[in-house]
Amino acid sequence: MATANTTTLPDDPKTRGDVVLDEQTAGREALVRGDYTFHDITEKVLAVNEKPILKTPAPFKFGIALAGAGFAMFGGYIGYLFWEGPGIWGNNNPVAWAWDIVNFVFWVGIGHAGTLISAILYLFRQKWRTSINRYAEAMTIFAVLAAGSCVALHTGRIWMDYYLFPIPNQMGLWPNFRSPLEWDVFAVNTYLTVSLLFWFTGLVPDFATLRDRATVKWRRLFYGILALGWRGSMRHWVTYEKAYQILAAFSAPLVLSVHTIVSFDFAVSQLPGWHTTIFPPYFVAGAIFSGFAMVLTLMIPAREWLGLKDLVTIKHIENMNKIILVTGTMVGYAYGMEFFVAAYSGNTYEGFTFINRMGGPYWWAYWIMMTCNVITPQLFWFKKFRTNVKLTFVLSIFVNIGMWFERFVITVTSLHRDALVSSWDYFVPVTEVFFLLGTFGLFFFLFLLFIRFFPVIAMSEVKAVMPQANPHWEGYGHGASGAVPAGAVAQGDH
Amino acid sequence: MSENVPTWGLLAQYEDPHAIYKACEQVRDAGYEQWDACVPFPVHGLDKAMGVKPSRLPWVVLSVGLIGSGLGLWLEAWTSGSAYPFIVGGKPLFSLPAFVPVWYEVTVLSSCLAAFFGNWILNGLPRPHHPAFASKAFERVTDDKFFIMIEAADPKFDRAKTEALLKSSGATLVEVLEP
Repeated sequence: MATANTTTLPDDPKTRGDVVLDEQTAGREALVRGDYTFHDITEKVLAVNEKPILKTPAPFKFGIALAGAGFAMFGGYIGYLFWEGPGIWGNNNPVAWAWDIVNFVFWVGIGHAGTLISAILYLFRQKWRTSINRYAEAMTIFAVLAAGSCVALHTGRIWMDYYLFPIPNQMGLWPNFRSPLEWDVFAVNTYLTVSLLFWFTGLVPDFATLRDRATVKWRRLFYGILALGWRGSMRHWVTYEKAYQILAAFSAPLVLSVHTIVSFDFAVSQLPGWHTTIFPPYFVAGAIFSGFAMVLTLMIPAREWLGLKDLVTIKHIENMNKIILVTGTMVGYAYGMEFFVAAYSGNTYEGFTFINRMGGPYWWAYWIMMTCNVITPQLFWFKKFRTNVKLTFVLSIFVNIGMWFERFVITVTSLHRDALVSSWDYFVPVTEVFFLLGTFGLFFFLFLLFIRFFPVIAMSEVKAVMPQANPHWEGYGHGASGAVPAGAVAQGDH
Repeated sequence: MSENVPTWGLLAQYEDPHAIYKACEQVRDAGYEQWDACVPFPVHGLDKAMGVKPSRLPWVVLSVGLIGSGLGLWLEAWTSGSAYPFIVGGKPLFSLPAFVPVWYEVTVLSSCLAAFFGNWILNGLPRPHHPAFASKAFERVTDDKFFIMIEAADPKFDRAKTEALLKSSGATLVEVLEP
């Protein structure tokens, strides 16, 4: 029945196959907490989208203004970069790659959790993903845009970037398809395109909801165009779900391939500290790790402010903390394995690079990385910490910091000690901090606009995992008692 | 409901997934062909209750994906081996292992574009207007109400009989849709 107000949950959560939490939260860890009807979900999710423009809440305006200022600053910084060239960075002769590439790998990595949640968890039928996937997908797209701007700008002469694409040009030149940097161009562009298609496909039914509920003309028109005339036809849903499945099936290996290829940018070179076979899995684990941390960083305040605590429950946070623990430990293992391989290889240069990484001039960066990525996430072995929202928020920021430093450590410490001592140098950033802040401005500006105008929770998917969405559902505890009409169960083939 | 109004079809509203599931089975068993169920989310098993055939989309994706994949490899082989032959890193002109990443990405990209556009094309979207959009009740279709519409173009359509069928199937509201 559409109105589930009268039904109650069974006393023992174990009979529902749910995770049993401590007493404080026990009995309400269904994916959607509380007795909601389908209509309640619509109202709850769209509350923020349907506020009139002029009545945008003040914190929102402030946030958009702040992020917009950061974005504008980024624009100014790019202008300055074009005028002066990459000499405004602290890059020097052995350290030819520094913050530009560090920021790129950082942002691309963050994007990966979004695809993992939307595609891999979908294929594994992890229904808890439905409350967080829209968010995470949006995060992916904006993070990849931030990453793309870093990598497009790092070339210095951005107006020559078309050389990267297989476009016939006046010199008869074609790209070198044997280069990992060219692989990266294809990987990142494919990733951005596929993420956008996947995100938009998921949004269409929810745009239709906004269109049908619009009270003002511009909103009916705006969402009407985006909704493509969606009318919820079951014949459409059949193809739609198939398309969604196919996009998920392609995105899952895609996300693994993208960060693998990003790691090839390093691993295929012959530089000690980069030239290791462990890089692809190590980068992918690190990407998922940092991305989940970013999802938590964004989600914890948002569920608070948007009043979505019943849809994004403590169970979601706990599940994500478990993934952070697993991937963080995998990353820790990779850090250790790098040292082992360097020692076991007997190669002097490899050995030097890693000893230098831990105790050389950049020792501080290495130990920030170790603390934030390997040590603090170990707290999540304990349920008490996994279900502590404030602590989770703090640790998620730690992970973001740690993963930025991981890319810094890999890129800069491997480069700053060249093969000849006369070529050694020390990298100090000059104006790069504006580069990083600018990408954050871009990211948060787009993200806040997304929260304001697009449904942050995939309503049609959440409704579909609610118990009353099952056509054979007759309320908890009635399943086997004969209360189900005979025809409903007699079909048997679905 | 006046008989003089031109009719596109009948629209019936149901309150929950169970009701529309049962109703769809009845409409299917009554032998209708040109009809549809509109729901706020994909109700599990409703396609079978309606007798909808599986989507053709996977075949579209397979064919476009294979073509894209072939073109991707051809692009690499032709540019590196013929249009601009240049030895890099001592690798042969056609160095397949080094071509795999781009080949793979192009395959994924073309398949995903096929899935995305194929989905909308097979569904006949974008379609800005539909007769059902004229109904006030139908605005809840993307929220929490469930609808069946039977088109007048269906050979079995008979205004009175079809309306009786819909009413007896548990509809809480039956409306006439104008073209």
